[in-house]
Amino acid sequence: MADVAEGALGGPGPGSDPVLEVTGVDKSFAGVRALRGVDFTLRPAEVHALIGENGAGKSTLIKVMTGVYRPDAGTVRLAGTAREFRNPLEAQAAGISTIYQEVNLVPLMSVARNLYLGREPRRLGLVDTGRMNREAAEVLGRYGVDVDVTRPLRTLGLGAQQMVALARAVQIDARVVIMDEPTSSLEPREVETLFSVIRRLKEQGIAVVYVSHRLDELYAVCDRVTVMRDGEVVHTGDIAKLERLRLVSLMLGREMAAVREKGTTAFDTGRRDVRDGQPALRASGLTVRHRVQDVSVDVHPGEVVGLGGLLGAGRSETAKAIVGALGTESGTVEVEGRALRRRSPAASIRAGVVMLPEDRKVEGIIPNLSVRENISLAALPRLSRAGIVSRAKQDEVVRFFMERLRIKASGPDQKVGDLSGGNQQKVLLARWLCLNPKVLLLDEPTRGIDVGAKAEVQALIDELAGEGLGVLLISSDLEELIEGSDRVVILKDGKVVGHLAGEEVTEEGLLDALATAPGAPDQAPPDGAPADTDTDNADTQDAGAENAGSEGADAGTRSEPAEPAAPAEQAGAEAAAPAAKEKQR
Amino acid sequence: MTTLSWAGRPALDRARAVRLLQDYGVYAALVVLFLVAVGLDTSFVEMSNIRVQLFQVAPTLLVALGMALVIGTEGIDLSVGAVIALAASVVPLYAGYGLGAVLVIGLLLGAASGALGGAMVALARVQPIVATLSLMIGVRGLAEIVNGNSAKPVSQSGVLDLGTSIVAGLPEMAWLAAGCAVLTGLLVRRTTFGRHLVAVGDNRQASRLAGLPVRRVLITVYLISGVLAALAGVLIVGHGAEADPANQGLNMELNAITAVVVGGTPLSGGKVRVLGTVAGALFMQLITAVLTQHNVHTSYTQIVEAVIIAFAVYASQERGTR
Repeated sequence: MADVAEGALGGPGPGSDPVLEVTGVDKSFAGVRALRGVDFTLRPAEVHALIGENGAGKSTLIKVMTGVYRPDAGTVRLAGTAREFRNPLEAQAAGISTIYQEVNLVPLMSVARNLYLGREPRRLGLVDTGRMNREAAEVLGRYGVDVDVTRPLRTLGLGAQQMVALARAVQIDARVVIMDEPTSSLEPREVETLFSVIRRLKEQGIAVVYVSHRLDELYAVCDRVTVMRDGEVVHTGDIAKLERLRLVSLMLGREMAAVREKGTTAFDTGRRDVRDGQPALRASGLTVRHRVQDVSVDVHPGEVVGLGGLLGAGRSETAKAIVGALGTESGTVEVEGRALRRRSPAASIRAGVVMLPEDRKVEGIIPNLSVRENISLAALPRLSRAGIVSRAKQDEVVRFFMERLRIKASGPDQKVGDLSGGNQQKVLLARWLCLNPKVLLLDEPTRGIDVGAKAEVQALIDELAGEGLGVLLISSDLEELIEGSDRVVILKDGKVVGHLAGEEVTEEGLLDALATAPGAPDQAPPDGAPADTDTDNADTQDAGAENAGSEGADAGTRSEPAEPAAPAEQAGAEAAAPAAKEKQR
Repeated sequence: MTTLSWAGRPALDRARAVRLLQDYGVYAALVVLFLVAVGLDTSFVEMSNIRVQLFQVAPTLLVALGMALVIGTEGIDLSVGAVIALAASVVPLYAGYGLGAVLVIGLLLGAASGALGGAMVALARVQPIVATLSLMIGVRGLAEIVNGNSAKPVSQSGVLDLGTSIVAGLPEMAWLAAGCAVLTGLLVRRTTFGRHLVAVGDNRQASRLAGLPVRRVLITVYLISGVLAALAGVLIVGHGAEADPANQGLNMELNAITAVVVGGTPLSGGKVRVLGTVAGALFMQLITAVLTQHNVHTSYTQIVEAVIIAFAVYASQERGTR
């Protein structure tokens, strides 16, 4: 590779030709445009941050650069030559290595074998195991991994595995290394090692694309930043010149200065203050290992409490911990003053606390069952006598909620998997509402549903709160969160870092709190802070890391619009001829 | 095979044809096979032959019903053949106390084995294929210990009657299996348990978050499978008048899985086709019988069966839009 060490440590070499250049790339999936005219330039020996919320198009862009997807329009140039990679292997051979957050190695093989997989040193046609092990140990030593290289890879910690993946990627003559959430499974100490490895890569002239949601890391290790939103690049520039607050507002698409009163949400924006009397839900001191630390939230009857925070802040985990879907290390949950002793989804549901999960397809719907069965699923025991389901009672409930929530389906017998996202979401809401819950936890209730259904769901949330239901609302849609919530609890890195109530519930208030350093919501943001090496910070980073992994940062599978879109279309196709299939049931 | 007649109709587009094939293919195949069998040899419809077929298919069907439930939860139960052997092994020991005692002991053992497998799957989260494979080996070993080395004759009239008597023109065993099929159908369609079972098989994580008793459902499903297999074991002993745990129930798990798959229940769970399983069991029984009666060598029969299984799995995968 070219010996371009001029910019080592001090930032990118000015004027050097880009090593990787993406120009005008479009990519659509089933009519949904995931990338629109994206330009992206990577210089040698720079660390380039690529950031954006879920669905912004980061993963799609990475996949275009690495040959997983082919762009509909636009070009990818590597070292000045236009390239069309047909698959990731070709991209790798050309010098673009990718390290995904789920480590893509062979867990049962030894560390050394993984490192040299496909290019083992040979002697007389046989693998020279001794030499391979010696060299592997030496190479890994440079990455701070000091282990017996003959051990199976899976016996290593996730961080060490990631280092092996990294070492492997760099060994294959990489010119570009793409790291997708590389720190999400690392311990703080390992993050430091990773950073020093990244600096060494820079010295060798290798360019790094660094995807992360953790702002502290970006400012610590990156030279330039590209911000994506809704499939477009909204900003590219030196990261040191970009204030954190500005970065956050770019990511979320909210201009700080121009927060308007237009109100595209269907919420009644009046704030209720019903914090007298006993809360319907009181969660205190919830701690989930590596994810949530000492989070307390109260929800009163008739109140909508928003949980604010960026991706990876621990919002979904908090909701899951409350309903017992995620094991907690400590903390209590009280419903109307009574502590829940058993903590499981079933026990929470019996106590009247229900959660609408973030990932509708994986955690919500039972795709091959009918609307009727999906709605009545949790209520079946109540609709049965001696274990036999009463069809009359079931139909009564289902008809009521299909009408009340205006669920559009060919009938209660239609398969839920064939419905649109908005109607699926309504079916899930109906599943909970027919249980008469006391507290409703809504995790991204309007994500991925069309505008009409979105407004209906928002109006419904208001209506339910008006009827005395306590609602905990998680939403990445800032406007929805602000206009829908009576109060907002702000999370960052798994901790509560602020509260907004009454007049303070504004976008500025929220953005301020989000951009502020962890644990110190009232201080000014330390822009361009040096690498956070103190242990306090490291701890919270760790918590955030685990979060990012579970809250949807595995962008390759579900954060991009592409993935949900494709199955949706298939579902539509299937809807065309479901009759025969349904009859069979 | 019958599939050609479906695919050949010009009015049907491919997707629709595949769907019809998945939904009704096995029934059509069964009818066509029956007509072909009769066409080749009219003695096929004689009562004596029909009874023979039903005697043979009844135990397979019982086991397949349990298997269909397990497969509906995205599981598999390889231990059923061994459970048959275990139930068979205790028949000579308790036959003296009458049929009731035999059934109680046998079914309890089946339930225990099934519950153990279910517990491994639901509580210890062992993969179903591994959990029931270990049971398959262990339980057959246990059966051979209980029985000793050789086959033991059984002469108690109650047990023999159950395996051989004719009621209203058809074998009692067949009535019993048909009754179990009806009950299984009702269980799946009409009870909370049945609906939970299907939901767990379709999306386990969502089912858990919806508050369903996922573990209880899983354990119960394997328990039912064990009980049905044990019942089949007692019937097999009654029909053959001997208990031979080293040989009885051999390959039964595979026959049952075949019946379920040919009947259109997807291995990916979330759907249980009880009537399809009945048809699948009958179809596999008849095809073997027809080929055997026309002196086709067993080797060829096996190859034909293999082709049918491969085709059935292929056809069921075509649904693909999950």
